[in-house]
Amino acid sequence: MKILVCISHVPDTASKISFTDNNTKFNAAGVQFIIGPYDEYALSRAIELRGDAGSVTVLNVGEADTEPTIRKALAIGADDAIRVNAFPKDSYFVASQIAAIAKSEKYDLILMGRESIDYNSGLVHGMVGEMLGIPSISPVMKLDITGNKATMAREIEGGKEIVEIALPLVAGCQEPIAEWKIPNMKGIMSARTKPLKVVEPTAVEETTSLNSYELPAPKGACKMIDASTPEKLFEALKNEAKVL
Amino acid sequence: MPTDQFESPDYYLIDDLLTEEQKLIRKTMRDFVKKEISPIIEDCSQKAHFPEEIVKKFGEIGAFGPTIPTAYGGGGLDYISYGLMMQEIERGDSGMRSTASVQGSLVMFPINEYGSEEQKKKYLPKLASGEMLGCFGLTEPDHGSNPAAMVTNIKDKGDHYLLNGAKMWITNSPKADIAVVWAKNEEGRIKGLIVEKGMKGFTAPETKHKWSLRASITGELVFDNVKVPKENLLPKADGLSGPLKCLDSARYGIAWGALGAAMDCYDTARRYSLERIQFGKPIASFQLTQKKLAEMLTEITKAQLLVWRLGVLKNEHKATSVHISMAKRNNVAIALQIAREARQILGAMGITGEYPIMRHMANLESVVTYEGTHDIHLLITGADITGIQAFK
Repeated sequence: MKILVCISHVPDTASKISFTDNNTKFNAAGVQFIIGPYDEYALSRAIELRGDAGSVTVLNVGEADTEPTIRKALAIGADDAIRVNAFPKDSYFVASQIAAIAKSEKYDLILMGRESIDYNSGLVHGMVGEMLGIPSISPVMKLDITGNKATMAREIEGGKEIVEIALPLVAGCQEPIAEWKIPNMKGIMSARTKPLKVVEPTAVEETTSLNSYELPAPKGACKMIDASTPEKLFEALKNEAKVL
Repeated sequence: MPTDQFESPDYYLIDDLLTEEQKLIRKTMRDFVKKEISPIIEDCSQKAHFPEEIVKKFGEIGAFGPTIPTAYGGGGLDYISYGLMMQEIERGDSGMRSTASVQGSLVMFPINEYGSEEQKKKYLPKLASGEMLGCFGLTEPDHGSNPAAMVTNIKDKGDHYLLNGAKMWITNSPKADIAVVWAKNEEGRIKGLIVEKGMKGFTAPETKHKWSLRASITGELVFDNVKVPKENLLPKADGLSGPLKCLDSARYGIAWGALGAAMDCYDTARRYSLERIQFGKPIASFQLTQKKLAEMLTEITKAQLLVWRLGVLKNEHKATSVHISMAKRNNVAIALQIAREARQILGAMGITGEYPIMRHMANLESVVTYEGTHDIHLLITGADITGIQAFK
């Protein structure tokens, strides 16, 4: 089975977020970047499903600074990698790049996280499916393949849905689809020599433009109100917080 | 037990001196420690239980013999990568790092360095994968800092050597499949032998009731007329330099490892001081707490620079025993000091198993003594400066 796993290069979950250039650019100084955690689950499942004759290719849309993140995916066990040499401007741009590669390569499965953890749009898998004219499904918590058919469990409001779809397809993944894999030293060593192909982006019509970013207001101090005086809580909600 | 939130300090942007691969190796080991060691280590340590299953897991991740060539199952990595791995493992627990250090530096290293091709092929891949556990026998009940005076000996009996003697304070020994043992031949030259579990006359009783390295297993090696086949002699080791070179390799790992323990104590104390409220504000607001934290971070930063430079020298084959002595001595000493200061910041909570401080502190009492005591390493530097050996 030929599997493509799309990975995002995102700030570590504990990063302090700030902006530069008049709040129009993310400040990457001192920030550790990681493989998007949902993407990493997708990668782990792809490696489990690969089988002896299969292959797992990782794809990232990003500039040269994302290569350490791609090498980690290779260390975890992907066979080769493609980097589309462009800043991942928005979901439509990223989806267009993935679709352009997938059109010529004919993958059986295209996996990625349910969303990246930087902008959290959760749009790319759906767009890729549309662009390729194949089904897309998300968020997938369980994925098994029998012959040409995928059986998936998908999270829905208050429960889960079990679906069967013929390959090829696109899936947005989340835990517990696979056990999260820590690379080993041999994997890290072999990642040095695994192929990482850099391709130039395909031209995409600009559909969005960024004005600026804004951080949420800092959390206010916590105010304790004794349980015996609920009227004080009411008063504070009404006059200070002005939510009543 | 609180979740392991450890983050390593990097006050001087020392990460900029590391390659992307070295950072990935560190992150990998940190993730491994958080998954496999942090959740069990307090309980193991409290119960003086060696979690044997860690041996296979260390093998799978590649923690055994990372600098041994890949042809023999090693990692083929550089010395800074090796150091970072030891830092991360000891950040989890010194006993776990001891298990990995002994296997890599004291068992695989001498076999790779002094062994025959047959010995390398026979033992190294199994030691690398964790299928086999090894130990190293140099220290004796009456000969610690002065190994040259060892009494363990071999006699050439034609088709085998007859081994007699006893070794003490041997990490891994009760569970080990093989022991690299140092003994004097009839001419008084120190030789290395691979002694296998099950050889008649060879026993490895456990040393019980330790207050330190409780999650690591320690024992003796007792040889009572053990017939060791001649092919088990390490052909290229002759004299005290054989075991001492192994110790150089292990001490190098300890210098990095102790730094890991220091970082964990510092990180724990820093977090605690921001959360613990006294007199209406976090204890981090008080000058004496800030003094402790600032001094800890200063010492950690100095120690980081010391081992990073030592790692570069190792990679360039320029690091000498005296360089390693200074780093081992300094980094273990600052780690112990930091553990004690961190314990004070945590107040009474610092003595409980809720936090790792007291475990690190007790572990470091072994680390400051084994592989060359704090004082002997000082005298090694003294001898190097003056040309006069003060310990003979």
